[in-house]
Amino acid sequence: MFRSGKRVVALVAALAGAALVAAGCSSQGGAQQSNTNATAQRYTIAMITHEQPGDSFWDKIRAGAEQAANELNVDLKYSNNNDAGQQATLVQNAIDSKVNGIAVTLAFADQVGPAAQKAVQAGIPTVAFNSGINEYQKYDIPMYFGSDEDLAGQSAGQRLAQAGGGKALCVVQEQGSVALEARCAGVKKSFPSTENLQVNGADLPSVQQTIGAKLQQDPSITDVVTLGAPYALAALQAKTDAGSQAKVVTFDLNADVAKAIQSGQILFSVDQQPYVQGYMAVQSLWLNLTNGNDLGGGKPVLTGPSFVDNTNISKIADYAAKNTR
Amino acid sequence: MSSPVATPPSPPSTPSTGAEPVRVQRSLGARILSRPEVGSLAAAIAIFVFFFAIAPPFRTAEAFSTILYSASTIGIVALGVALLMIGGEFDLSSGVQVTTAALASSMISYQFSLNAWVGALASLVIALAIGFLNGWLLIKTKLPSFLITLSTFFMLQGINLGVTKLLTGAVATQNISDLDGFDSAKAIFAADVNLGFVNVKVSVFWWILFTLVATWILLRTRTGNWIFAVGGNQDSARAVGVPVAKVKIGLFMGVAFCAWFLGQHLLFNFSTVQAGLGVGNELIYIVAAVVGGALLTGGYGSAIGAAIGAFIFGMTTQGIVYAGWDPNWFKTFLGVMLLLAVLLNLYVKNSASRRK
Repeated sequence: MFRSGKRVVALVAALAGAALVAAGCSSQGGAQQSNTNATAQRYTIAMITHEQPGDSFWDKIRAGAEQAANELNVDLKYSNNNDAGQQATLVQNAIDSKVNGIAVTLAFADQVGPAAQKAVQAGIPTVAFNSGINEYQKYDIPMYFGSDEDLAGQSAGQRLAQAGGGKALCVVQEQGSVALEARCAGVKKSFPSTENLQVNGADLPSVQQTIGAKLQQDPSITDVVTLGAPYALAALQAKTDAGSQAKVVTFDLNADVAKAIQSGQILFSVDQQPYVQGYMAVQSLWLNLTNGNDLGGGKPVLTGPSFVDNTNISKIADYAAKNTR
Repeated sequence: MSSPVATPPSPPSTPSTGAEPVRVQRSLGARILSRPEVGSLAAAIAIFVFFFAIAPPFRTAEAFSTILYSASTIGIVALGVALLMIGGEFDLSSGVQVTTAALASSMISYQFSLNAWVGALASLVIALAIGFLNGWLLIKTKLPSFLITLSTFFMLQGINLGVTKLLTGAVATQNISDLDGFDSAKAIFAADVNLGFVNVKVSVFWWILFTLVATWILLRTRTGNWIFAVGGNQDSARAVGVPVAKVKIGLFMGVAFCAWFLGQHLLFNFSTVQAGLGVGNELIYIVAAVVGGALLTGGYGSAIGAAIGAFIFGMTTQGIVYAGWDPNWFKTFLGVMLLLAVLLNLYVKNSASRRK
């Protein structure tokens, strides 16, 4: 009894003290005020992606976004759904909960785009990232951070052509994905003898078997292009199984691909720098909220293609091991 | 005790199957023709001849080895699933169980810096516990196995991601190829066996061995009779003294064992595992069992049939690649081939049961 009474007294004293301090502050103007406003207001930013759970690629996007959120004192609300309609609902959800900014991927531009447009019309700063480079402007979204898949494919194809390849195999791990098809189409533009191969990305042994079967079926294949890091490793296995001399190149990085580039098993990786995509999406929204900035001058800000090969891998391997490259 | 159920009881009569309506003494040839796997064997031969004719690369020993490998990675789990389906239940969690087992093995041995074998054995315990849980929930709740295993399917999917992220900070496990015991485990689970003229994956031999063991259990042991009995009619099986609960829980643990084995293959083949793998494969296992003559209603089917079903699936998947058909149509070809396989299977079975 006595103790708790003491505690009440202490609490009252503390409150009174706080009230005094508060009363002592000016309610407007002064150097203190403007400083604290810029850094102490905690903005809420919603990031809504079409992530398929369990893909290490998305992990990096998220790691980048979380890093930016930590540095900038932003409350990051991350949500994802691999279904177009569900993702659009998540965007609507973010609008309804009156977040300060929205970062959204437009892999399903036709379905998710209109929801993002609503956010823009509601006055919520919105950026697109990762996918939707050709569509984001249609929905009045001012900024975009991502790789140009077509350009990335083309530059990969150019490199293959320079290395003197004869015929490339482009391994698509998800049937009907616009971004993946765009990469292969890009490769084909600058390296015309490119053939696509569909594999079941949820089943790595079957990816290995199918690539192996293709290499046996067509011995003229000199290069295998995979569109995700785990599939590059499956391609390496398949190549050994089939006794093929084909070279393996890939899109995206992970620690094992970095090692394989170091040891020369994989020629190069076309990195779209997912960490930067997540980081910049949050960073740019924060700049827009606190300083009214916009980036890119109305054009997309490209985070890729960035090439990783034996010339720069020694530096990048460490970052890949830390899950930021 | 078991003599009343020594012969498989007739399955619930579905008009489309027409399997074994009357049991009368028949000639040896007719008896062979009425085995569940005969129809699928005919389909397998037909598909083999088809691809052999149109796809020159299909004719090599290397191609056959790839096909067998493809069939084995489906067939090992399809075997457990087929036995479970004969016992009258489904397991929709089998695909992600494979991933769970691989992840568990990898993370346990990596996080505690253990011998890779310790991780693999600990993972076996976890896998069997999941199988036990599936069966136990089924017995206790009396809900359809479809619902129970759909729930475990979702739970495991979440656990796979959540725990991996928690322990490794990423959604894929670390490379464990430096651990002690990795090489010997790889030799058991994922080695290449050189037959002189061609390399064959060791999983193919395990698959064949498991199929033989399962066939022996089904046809030559009391447990086999029990499996047919609980799948045919659970209540009458219980009435004649079959331990229904034990059999069903055991069958779920059998699926878990197969999933564990494939999971170890996955891990020791690639050294690392992605947490999101395996989703969707549960249906492929069920398809392989059904193509191989197992009934969706239970009480009928065979282990060899499941192996042939997996072989058909693997052969079709890779055959389309060997034939060099347009990849955009891949799934369509696959669907058509499977439908034809099932139809031919049905036709052979019907004409076999009409021959008295």
